[in-house]
Amino acid sequence: MLGIIALIIDGVLIGSVYGLAAMGLTLIWGVMNVVNLTHGAAIVAGMFALYLLTSGLGIAPYAALPLILVGGFFVGVGLYWIAVHRMIGRPPLMILLSTFSVNLVVIGLGTAVWGTGLFNVQVSLPGITWQRYTFSGTHILAAVLTAVIAGSLYLFLYHTRLGKAVRAVANNREAAELSGIPTTRVLSLSFGLGVALAGAAGMLIATMFPFTVLAGDAYQLKSFVVTALGGLGNPAGALLGGVALGLVEGFAAQFMPVSWTLVIEFVLFVVVLIIFPRGVFAFTRT
Amino acid sequence: MSALLEVDGLSMSFGGLRAVSDLSFAVGEREILGLIGPNGAGKSTVFNLINGVFAPNAGRVMFHGADITGHAPYRVARAGLARTHQIVQPLPDLTVLENCTVGACFGREHLPLARARAVAREVATFVGLEDRLATPAAQLTIAGKKRLELARALAARPLLLLLDEVLAGLNPTEIARMLTVIRSIRERGVAILIIEHLMQAIMGLSDRIVVLNSGQKLAEGTPSEIANNPAVIEAYLGDPELAAKLHAGGAP
Amino acid sequence: MNTAATGAIVDDRPTPILRRPFFWIMALVIAAFVAAPLIGDNVELRESLLLAAVYITLASNLNLMLGYAGYINFGSIVFFGLGGYISVYLISALNWPLAAAELAAGIAVSLLALVFGLGILRLRGAFFALATSGINEGVQAFVANFEPWGGSAGLYLPTTIFAPLGGPMRALWVIYFLLVAVMGASLYLSYAVKTSKFGLGLMAIGQNEDAAVVLGVPAPLYKALAYSLSAFLPALAGGLYFFKSAFIQPADAFDLGLSTEAMVIVMLGGRGTITGAAIGAYLYEELRGFLLTSQTFSNFQLVVSGVLLLVIVLFVPGGLMGWIYGRWPRMKQVLE
Repeated sequence: MLGIIALIIDGVLIGSVYGLAAMGLTLIWGVMNVVNLTHGAAIVAGMFALYLLTSGLGIAPYAALPLILVGGFFVGVGLYWIAVHRMIGRPPLMILLSTFSVNLVVIGLGTAVWGTGLFNVQVSLPGITWQRYTFSGTHILAAVLTAVIAGSLYLFLYHTRLGKAVRAVANNREAAELSGIPTTRVLSLSFGLGVALAGAAGMLIATMFPFTVLAGDAYQLKSFVVTALGGLGNPAGALLGGVALGLVEGFAAQFMPVSWTLVIEFVLFVVVLIIFPRGVFAFTRT
Repeated sequence: MSALLEVDGLSMSFGGLRAVSDLSFAVGEREILGLIGPNGAGKSTVFNLINGVFAPNAGRVMFHGADITGHAPYRVARAGLARTHQIVQPLPDLTVLENCTVGACFGREHLPLARARAVAREVATFVGLEDRLATPAAQLTIAGKKRLELARALAARPLLLLLDEVLAGLNPTEIARMLTVIRSIRERGVAILIIEHLMQAIMGLSDRIVVLNSGQKLAEGTPSEIANNPAVIEAYLGDPELAAKLHAGGAP
Repeated sequence: MNTAATGAIVDDRPTPILRRPFFWIMALVIAAFVAAPLIGDNVELRESLLLAAVYITLASNLNLMLGYAGYINFGSIVFFGLGGYISVYLISALNWPLAAAELAAGIAVSLLALVFGLGILRLRGAFFALATSGINEGVQAFVANFEPWGGSAGLYLPTTIFAPLGGPMRALWVIYFLLVAVMGASLYLSYAVKTSKFGLGLMAIGQNEDAAVVLGVPAPLYKALAYSLSAFLPALAGGLYFFKSAFIQPADAFDLGLSTEAMVIVMLGGRGTITGAAIGAYLYEELRGFLLTSQTFSNFQLVVSGVLLLVIVLFVPGGLMGWIYGRWPRMKQVLE
């Protein structure tokens, strides 16, 4: 019984970070109807940014978070102007190919520079022990920071003018344009936010697990599964979906080899999309 | 006149919004039935329910004796029901001829390619696009695109044609031309269900009119009956100009 | 005018294939593939052209989904790999002759594709694309754990398999000609679909799926058929390719990088054009060869593909053929 509770708690902790990762993806989707196939690369970039900042510049791991958030934001805005801006209004096929090609470039550069080997960022943090179980300090702090970031996002979207503009554009771009909202600026800002969230999630994941340049694909898939669970454009749903995925992974790991996890997630992805086109947690939509 | 299309107790809600409530009407063979109503009355939704874009929450759609309620749009098209859209949907990179050929290939007669192309040519000529057959649809003017939308629907040789605001955005000359085309379509034996905001046009064109308001049927009758119906005039009272046109256009 | 004197509508027959310049150009290309390496028994050229034939096969068949119907198939390589595995297994473990094994592989993979296709083709756009790479990952994971097929270590074929074909040297030539035949069949299939009612329906779907459905195009069925059809010849190609290598392993058979390259080739040459797949494959192979031998660039293959794709999508979405048709519209009558 205790074992199951421990499994649940850890699943929730890790899952919340998956939720954070997915929030970036679902935000971009909700605001501009673009499926960002560079999402995985953004997560990996966050991981390697942590690595570089800690090993190269000796910055304390968690101090890197604000740097990665800000850096990720500007990279995201740049990415919007390079690959996405021209493609708004063009057939969705083309936008997919556009973000996909950037992903190729980034992952390609990554493998050229760092190869495909395993990287690790050493983070020593005391855990919390309860009965026989120790909950890793990194897992706990990652979940806490996720809550902080998610909370900030909520405050931004619902209690600032800019945030309301973002929601307006997500709701109906033409109407927003007509009411004087500078939609292009909002779009680029939202893209920047989405990438920043992905990068932050990557950084938090890197504090918990070792990673490779190619890990982006796996985490991008997780983000898609979470987005499917939570409903497109629904950040609150993404958080719930992330927790759900974390729980599923935790339990699945007890019964089957890790190599099958990806397969399970793909099947889950397809099944959820077919049965719940609006997302399982769509009731959280406001 | 036997009913070609029968809509019975049709209801549709989106979330909490009741778009269509318990709607019933029928279109006979070779009849032109006009569907009018203020903005947001649910007219386009009715079309979407008839041709299978949405499945209704309640009610039935009977076409040519068969129940087509909730059938996928391509099955409905195959049964002989064609439709144009309020916002034109050309296949942009395909030529006018190719657009019409698609209609002919996958419509009621399900023609093989060579024959379909010939039918497409004929139909494109009928609407006046014969000198644009090789033009990509994206390059047509808005009037041209509207004509293409019509031709493409006709190419399917339908028994019933659903026209959704086919006159919107056209100048008076184009409108007159389109009205002539629509009348000749009826001459060819095709029944027509038409949504239109241009009161004079629809009053002059239709054999009968159904008035929709907030998703419910407000009135049904001949154009002159409708024009003199106090409930109808009241529904349009928010737009006195429209009410006046109604009255003027409804004069037999 | 094609209305006869009586006013009746006369069928609008297109130009028969033998009178189209395109047919003769393609026939010439295939003849060149066959004849060129034979001159002087040029094995090096043959190997290079064999790779080109594989790329052209993969790209032409990918075009059915990507070019006509407008659906991205990230995991198209799964057909190639699975065809390879089925064929190699039938030959090595069950001693089937090459022709039978190939055909069986092709049919089996097409049927599997039909089943999977019917499932995932309800998904639109990005989700379909991701589901296709999921299928590839899933099949790869399955094969890597499937002992009868060698698991993650793969399957080896003994050189005795070349005996029925007249020994290793001769077998390599036979395989090459068979692959050229598969390439030719792929080009012809692209053409046959493009000029058929089925192809017109696919293109309507690619232009505006909602409008196509209202016009009567049975989209779910057509998409599944296209997906299944696009599996057959790549499966054959995979069977031949891995038979020739006498070795197959999951990492090579289900290499997503190859699907990506096929996609870049289709976009480079011109999405939806048949000539484009051929020219694109040739250009890409030249580029790739240069990159692999160049000191600075050998690690950057993926990066170059990505940049190339981005530039095409942003600035020349019609690819090479799109650009040619834009500048010389008459070429549309000559090429496809």
